[in-house]
Amino acid sequence: MKSAVIVFPGLNRDRDMIAALTKVSGTAPAIVWHQDTDLPDVDLIVIPGGFSYGDYLRCGAIAARSPIMDRVRERADKGVKVLGVCNGFQILIEAGLLPGALMRNTSLKFVCREVKLEITNTNTAFTSGYAQGQIIRCPVAHHDGNYFADSETLDRLSGEGQIAFRYAEDTNPNGSLRDIAGILNAGKNVLGLMPHPENLIEAAHGGTDGRALFSGLLDEAA
Amino acid sequence: MTIPNDIAITPALVADHRLKPDEYQKILDLIGRTPTYTELGIFSAMWNEHCSYKSSKKWLKTLPMTGPRVIQGPGENAGVVDIGDGQAVVFKMESHNHPSFIEPYQGAGTGMGGILRDVFTMGARPVAAMNALRFGAVDHEKTQHLVSGVVAGIGGYANAFGVPTVGGEVEFDASYNGNILVNAFAAGLADIDKIFLSEAKGVGLPVVYLGAKTGRDGVGGAIMASAEFGDDIEEKRPTVQIGDPFTEKRLLEACLELMATGAVIAIQDMGAAGLTCSAVEMGAKGNLGIELNLDMVPVRETNMTPYEMMLSESQERMLMVLHPDKEAVARAVFVKWELDFATVGKTTDDLRFRVIWQGDEVANLPIKELGDEAPEYDRPWTQANPAPGLAAGDVPQMDIADALLKLIGGHQIASRRWVYEQYDTMIQGNSVQRPGGDAGVIRVDGHSTKGLAFTSDVNPRYCQADPYEGGKQAVAEAWRNLTATGAEPLAATDNLNFGNPERPEIMSQLVHAIKGIGEACLALDFPIVSGNVSLYNETNGQGILPTPTIGGVGLLPDWAGMAHIGFAAENQAILLVGAPDLRGTHLGQSIYLRDLFNRRDGAAPHVDLPHERRTGDFVRKLIRSGVVTACHDLSDGGLGIALAEMAVASGIGARIERLEGQDPILQYFGEDQGRYLITVNLDPHGDAMKSLWAEAKTLGIFCPSIGTTGGADLVLGAARPVSIADLKAAHERWFPDFMASAAD
Repeated sequence: MKSAVIVFPGLNRDRDMIAALTKVSGTAPAIVWHQDTDLPDVDLIVIPGGFSYGDYLRCGAIAARSPIMDRVRERADKGVKVLGVCNGFQILIEAGLLPGALMRNTSLKFVCREVKLEITNTNTAFTSGYAQGQIIRCPVAHHDGNYFADSETLDRLSGEGQIAFRYAEDTNPNGSLRDIAGILNAGKNVLGLMPHPENLIEAAHGGTDGRALFSGLLDEAA
Repeated sequence: MTIPNDIAITPALVADHRLKPDEYQKILDLIGRTPTYTELGIFSAMWNEHCSYKSSKKWLKTLPMTGPRVIQGPGENAGVVDIGDGQAVVFKMESHNHPSFIEPYQGAGTGMGGILRDVFTMGARPVAAMNALRFGAVDHEKTQHLVSGVVAGIGGYANAFGVPTVGGEVEFDASYNGNILVNAFAAGLADIDKIFLSEAKGVGLPVVYLGAKTGRDGVGGAIMASAEFGDDIEEKRPTVQIGDPFTEKRLLEACLELMATGAVIAIQDMGAAGLTCSAVEMGAKGNLGIELNLDMVPVRETNMTPYEMMLSESQERMLMVLHPDKEAVARAVFVKWELDFATVGKTTDDLRFRVIWQGDEVANLPIKELGDEAPEYDRPWTQANPAPGLAAGDVPQMDIADALLKLIGGHQIASRRWVYEQYDTMIQGNSVQRPGGDAGVIRVDGHSTKGLAFTSDVNPRYCQADPYEGGKQAVAEAWRNLTATGAEPLAATDNLNFGNPERPEIMSQLVHAIKGIGEACLALDFPIVSGNVSLYNETNGQGILPTPTIGGVGLLPDWAGMAHIGFAAENQAILLVGAPDLRGTHLGQSIYLRDLFNRRDGAAPHVDLPHERRTGDFVRKLIRSGVVTACHDLSDGGLGIALAEMAVASGIGARIERLEGQDPILQYFGEDQGRYLITVNLDPHGDAMKSLWAEAKTLGIFCPSIGTTGGADLVLGAARPVSIADLKAAHERWFPDFMASAAD
């Protein structure tokens, strides 16, 4: 199993993500700087969270137009798995790899707390470690996680099993339509989500509910 | 608009620079001529209170600042303390009060930015932040606006930078109506052999400017910070700096990468008084001169004058002295992070601070007298005048259950969740105890068991009533909060916020608070390793409550064994450790009197330091032995509130036995010091419990079992039971309701 983490200036959960991938797989991911021209041959590409380019213009908008994202798009088209968390999710949306938009939280405030997530599709590489309908704990920490898409897109996402995670038990922290916390592309090899499973993988985090996302991926790729 | 350098120096201009006539005379004597306009600006920046500590230095020197673990005490960008295994914790607390009142979002954000820079300037990666915030009365028209802006500003900066906020304080008092306090704390981790200092070494070496470009923002900020506020405050908005956490984050990564190359000889961040202060400090400390060529300084605005460049407080900038043969390596790092890099000067051997601009020498001053030999005052102060104690039997009565619900749902005690959920409290994945307990705890990256605990404390009510006891209490409470997690308190940072020191009664507060702090630090082996003084916190002659905030840091050998405040299980014995025989006796200056009877009278509670030490050491030992299942220190609101907080944190109730012959108000709401509540997993009639009591008795510590955990109610003796659900609802409701009321 090989993975790579893409780093843009201003990201700040890259170290958390690298630690999670290393702890779960036993192997450190390749680190790809945004100006690097080639992407190593990996099974999983991860874009971690943070504030790439200071969230200036729109969250993820500048990073999404970085040349490295063309390489990511090519790999995604070939079926390589791509995971974007928080700012990584925003970047994937801005890059057109996932549909919809992430708007400012309805509270207009940054929110950092633990929420509940329902696993709505376990038939993917990312979620196979969970049970259908399982409710897990997971932290969120964002200012712009309010998922929006037109109703046609939302219906399609629901119908095609492209919604991977929904906020459960009235814990939607940002006003996302249909409680959407994470979505997949049509090919189910690209996942973006706002919550931070990488911050809930060991006892020191107060729980390990996020771990199955990584172990599922790594097992499958191994 | 540009300001030429040939402006005539008039008495009015000198006064505008907040230099007193005798100080100006000192300048004339020192340089033997009239200073240039730029030089006047440089003097005013270096000799103001904020940079020179001229009113406080005499007293700060009396504080205990050394200890077996102290690697670097006050005087550098931050203090450095040994935590074993070749690692050190690097930390400091600093105020950004005036800017935050004028422009709360940017003021608080750049306060956070400044303290983070102080920490990574030393070579440490920031791993924890806290902030101690004090706002005006809850019914003051500006309070919600300021709370909202300050909290968003801190979050906006710290969250984007990527440091977890692990603790802090929020308090309200009318004395802060026109002068809020924003005290920001940051701590970082570094290897002991890779600590960087500001002392320049070597002659003829390049002085390099790094980071963001220089603009006109913040020109004169340090001077403003040393002035009182009047009604013209809105005019001061341009002196507030604008923060850019994105640049700061890149600056952090670039600096740490650069330090790893071995290129850095000395480094100083540009904080207050920007280029002036950083260059002078590096030179003066190293007994070297500095020559700056302003034509090389990266600027973001045209036609900037030397005066503006020297006094700009544009953020996210650093000055370094580099090894000349590594300049190319250093430049490459900064190009990678897309930050400015410019050689702007060199070190010299003439002890002069020389500034060149467009070929002209616009300043040529003696560097030592500007820096570490700046003026120092022994300002007059009045004798202590502590508030008298309450009359015997003066115990205003109220139904215990009603009082408990009102206090836990009041502005002093209510949950700060509304605030801390706007901060990223878990980034870096090491926050093992997040805000809401006695102290925040992180695990130490790269070590399997070690943890660090952080707390911020001061009780301004006590300091107002008795600055000496209040100073002691602030230190003792910080020490106690660290101890309550099981941590060994290592060292502290002090952020002394006071009014105008030119008034003898204010100077008296400062002097007595420092005496109290010093005495407590000594008794508790808890040295002060860094700090900041913020004076002139006054509006229209009305000073704030004296507020010497103490930021404490403690070490846990194994974070997995730390204690939490929430009850762990039902049917466990509750012990009150360190209490007087009657459990609680002291109502003076209590929250009970202030918030339920609108009374601010009585003496501040006394802190018995030897007893404090024995009690804390005993509690820590019990936590580490594994018998303690929950621990909470008693502070605002006394025993009743501490029990309620433990119950709310866990959802488990408690039944407290009635104590005959004592007024339950004193028992439950007295604020006697040096007390902890613990629950233990011991058979109350077993041998282990007996030996615990025997040891306590030997040590002279009273630790009666006062009740048992369990049930869905908190039952305080004969008082009406209060359900945990009601306590929790009251505790959680106040802050969101208060902030929502601003929209009306």
